[in-house]
Amino acid sequence: MSTTRTAWSTASRGAPSRFDLIALILVIGLLAFLAATSKGVMAPITSLDASPVSLNPWMLPGYVARTTLRMLAGLSLSLLFTFTYATWAAKSPRAGRVLIPVLDVLQSVPILGFISVTVVFFMSLAPGRVLGAEFAAVFAIFTSQAWNMAFSFYQSLRTVPNELIEASRSFRLSGWSRFWRLEVPFGMPPLVWNMMMSMSGGWFFVVASEAISVGPTTVTLPGIGAYIDLAIRQKDLHAVGYAILAMLAVILVYDQLLFRPLVAWSDRFRFESEPGAPVPNSWVLDALAGSRLIARALRRLRGFGRMIGAAVRVRPGSQSVDTAMNAENLDRIATTIVALLLGVAIWQAVRFLAPELGWHDIGTTLGLGALTAIRVFVLIALASCIWVPVGIYVGLRPKVARVVQPIAQFLAAFPANLLFPVAVAAIVTFRLNANIWLSPLMILGTQWYILFNVIAGASAMPGEMRHVSNNFHVKGWLWWRKIGLPAVMPFYVTGAITASGGSWNAAIVAEVASWGDEHLSATGLGSYIANATTDGDFHRIVLGVVTMSLYVLLINRLLWRPLYYYAERKFRLS
Amino acid sequence: MNAQPKMNADTQPLLDVVHARKSFTKGDGGELLVLEDVNLTVRPGEVVGLLGRSGSGKSTLLRLIAGLSKPSGGKVNYLGTPVTGPAEGISMVFQSFALFPWLTVYENVALGLEAMHVARDEIRRRSLAAIDLIGLDGFESAYPRELSGGMRQRVGFARALVVHPNILLMDEPFSALDVLTAETLRTDFLELWSDGRMPIKGVILVTHNIEEAVQMCDRILVFATNPGRIVSEIQVTIPRPRDRNDPAFAGLVEQIYVEMTAKKGRTTTRISPASGSGIDMILPRVSSNILAGLLETVAAPPFSGRADLPEIASELTLEIDELFPAAETLQMLRFAEIEGGDIHLLPEGIAFADAEVDERKRLFARHLLAYVPLAAHVRRVLDERRTHAAPSSRFLDELEDHMSPEVAEETLRALVSWARYAEIFAYDDETGQFSLENPT
Repeated sequence: MSTTRTAWSTASRGAPSRFDLIALILVIGLLAFLAATSKGVMAPITSLDASPVSLNPWMLPGYVARTTLRMLAGLSLSLLFTFTYATWAAKSPRAGRVLIPVLDVLQSVPILGFISVTVVFFMSLAPGRVLGAEFAAVFAIFTSQAWNMAFSFYQSLRTVPNELIEASRSFRLSGWSRFWRLEVPFGMPPLVWNMMMSMSGGWFFVVASEAISVGPTTVTLPGIGAYIDLAIRQKDLHAVGYAILAMLAVILVYDQLLFRPLVAWSDRFRFESEPGAPVPNSWVLDALAGSRLIARALRRLRGFGRMIGAAVRVRPGSQSVDTAMNAENLDRIATTIVALLLGVAIWQAVRFLAPELGWHDIGTTLGLGALTAIRVFVLIALASCIWVPVGIYVGLRPKVARVVQPIAQFLAAFPANLLFPVAVAAIVTFRLNANIWLSPLMILGTQWYILFNVIAGASAMPGEMRHVSNNFHVKGWLWWRKIGLPAVMPFYVTGAITASGGSWNAAIVAEVASWGDEHLSATGLGSYIANATTDGDFHRIVLGVVTMSLYVLLINRLLWRPLYYYAERKFRLS
Repeated sequence: MNAQPKMNADTQPLLDVVHARKSFTKGDGGELLVLEDVNLTVRPGEVVGLLGRSGSGKSTLLRLIAGLSKPSGGKVNYLGTPVTGPAEGISMVFQSFALFPWLTVYENVALGLEAMHVARDEIRRRSLAAIDLIGLDGFESAYPRELSGGMRQRVGFARALVVHPNILLMDEPFSALDVLTAETLRTDFLELWSDGRMPIKGVILVTHNIEEAVQMCDRILVFATNPGRIVSEIQVTIPRPRDRNDPAFAGLVEQIYVEMTAKKGRTTTRISPASGSGIDMILPRVSSNILAGLLETVAAPPFSGRADLPEIASELTLEIDELFPAAETLQMLRFAEIEGGDIHLLPEGIAFADAEVDERKRLFARHLLAYVPLAAHVRRVLDERRTHAAPSSRFLDELEDHMSPEVAEETLRALVSWARYAEIFAYDDETGQFSLENPT
């Protein structure tokens, strides 16, 4: 696979190759796509009413393009956030002490809660323009991706091997070049993996954020989410089918054009690697890397980077004791500011919530939260009972795993809310109890995390361990108890954490669902927030969102995190 | 830039370390001294070795010289000016190679020059020259993961040499390599040095391998631990190339063994406590297998109870980092005595070597409780408590009054592994509990 590695070695002059052609087409396609789809963004908001979303399947590609562009914008913002916020947190231990817990809290705030609270604010940023609504949608994607990307990068920055840091210091790389030559490459593989994970969640929320109404404010952005919303209201099953097909196509294309190349490219930054390990492969990356035009463009870009580097050059070791003192003072000032902000935030929250809400409301939301929590736990347990055995079975058979693993990852990326109408139609037709039968929707999209993590765990089981169990005739329940389940435990816990988080997030959409005029609602914190959003009752939105964040935070702290460390310590095969 | 390695010693020193000390602040605000009052001068043409075991502060000193950390007291002068940060003209070769895995051999080597903003053609010329010099021709486009350890360290050397440093710092550069590869690399390096083909004027080598120090250095500074300090300086006058079988070589190695195992003559009264004699004794993590193996080997012919440490080291292929702690543990447990580079077994040591498993365990338990105060202390606490159990944090807290948290952790781990062998008490890692119960 050396073609993916040595872009610079092909930089010699010569006739254009077929790779040039492919690369050229890809680049032109990208530019045209950006230009065409961003056209509508600056239009006045009335244009949305003038050309309402239509269920005509031929309009779908255009909608899909708009949705995809929002996704890209969200991803870029998340990257920017990651490189600044995580770097700051890692480089300044004092700032990190505040920034990291903040990130942890942000991570547990339900993403749709962010939209409900902020959509009005974003609309006011660009009054009368579609741009404001676009901001809100992009922000939703940002919130679904940024936190765990930042966490991953922060972790990487903290674990850069000390000798590499010393080497770059002793060769007197400036802070800027150290960041781009050492720290970013080192953090790249986990970052790309987290981008992929976030992307899966992102589809869910971009679809949900394209058609929301907060009280009188209604946002309908042209996109696949709005298309689905309309299809539900008009009870058009055909349109729902088209949307599902379009979504499948988009995810496939995204995977091929963006993530495969990214994964294959970031593989070179893997720090530890046995020479024999299979190298990820991507035809798009091969085409880009093989192209002389791209290579030349990249060299220009690198030259540009060097220029910036020279401009912001900070010599390592040039910091004298004074500046260290200053940094300390700055940190102290920052801490004070954060403390002040905290005070203001508490005062604001109390002032905002207290006159309208009483202890009674708090009690109600806590109770509803408990109901939703029970749903999530029961569903995770059910999904585990099904997918853990299946995952182990599949993982131990490499041939089956090769087929099933990509399907499971794909299903995890598919926004399950597109399937809700089908389920709702079924519940209405068969007159089922909404409190019970709406619940599975929460885990529809997230159960796959359990499956593919367990598959990964079972495939990573060392051959020797399998031979031992064969050799000693360990079979049946004994095998599952002593070998199979412990071996996949750390992987299972990782999957279950992701699935649980995703299910809480999905609750806001899954506990209320409608099909035409039929509105179904399950009692829970999710439906509480959703209903408050529809009514435009900001006090209840905030209360609901805060309560849900608290639940998620507490469950993470008290259950998942200890479980994760326990599984890592006890069961990780190193 | 081709400096002659042999120059007269009157010229200005390359490097001058004056009363350097380094300490870290402990968790409780106290001071932990890792390097005490070090003086060192390096003149052009010299290879100076810093020899000692882990924890003797030799790597810390190297990092002070490299400008990677600042001394807590004293000064480091390079060509007469104080070192305040990584200096141009001092470059370093790392134990773990510290190559950037995403850069090719060529890119790794060129990196240092790029940071110096050297012109592009110049970067190319000098990088290729360095790669050529160090014997990496043909590997320019390879990635580190495609190379063997020896080839990777060659990249490390090329990267350090390409910036044309005056002083080359080497931090145990051969210790991550297998014996044969290390020997080849050492010989190649010495050949380049003796021929004056490297653009360097002086070398400082950190090592814990006595033979390596004698083979490579003109002068060896021997370090002791707790706190790290220089205890002696040895001139190596054996002409190069040096032959390990030369009696003078072997004699010098023997002499250094004696120096390094000499009983500490000085009483320790300083702010940062050295290893004490009560429960504050620092225990090295030595497996009971190594202890038993060492006892058996020394007891058996041809040694029959008394052995030369260098011979034992080569017989058991143990590095001094493993051999010295093991030998000292035997001394601490009164199974053996170490004197003048020799180890000789006490009667209990011979009894241990002759005994069966259960008798060995009984003997070990008796000595552990008698001569390791911490073991007796833990046992007493467990005996006194009604539950016969105590959390490890209870003992860690006590230890941390006397040593850093890491050393305290290591000490307790060492105790746990010995106590398990001796079956004097049990420890459950999951709950962090010491107890007298036998596991079910």
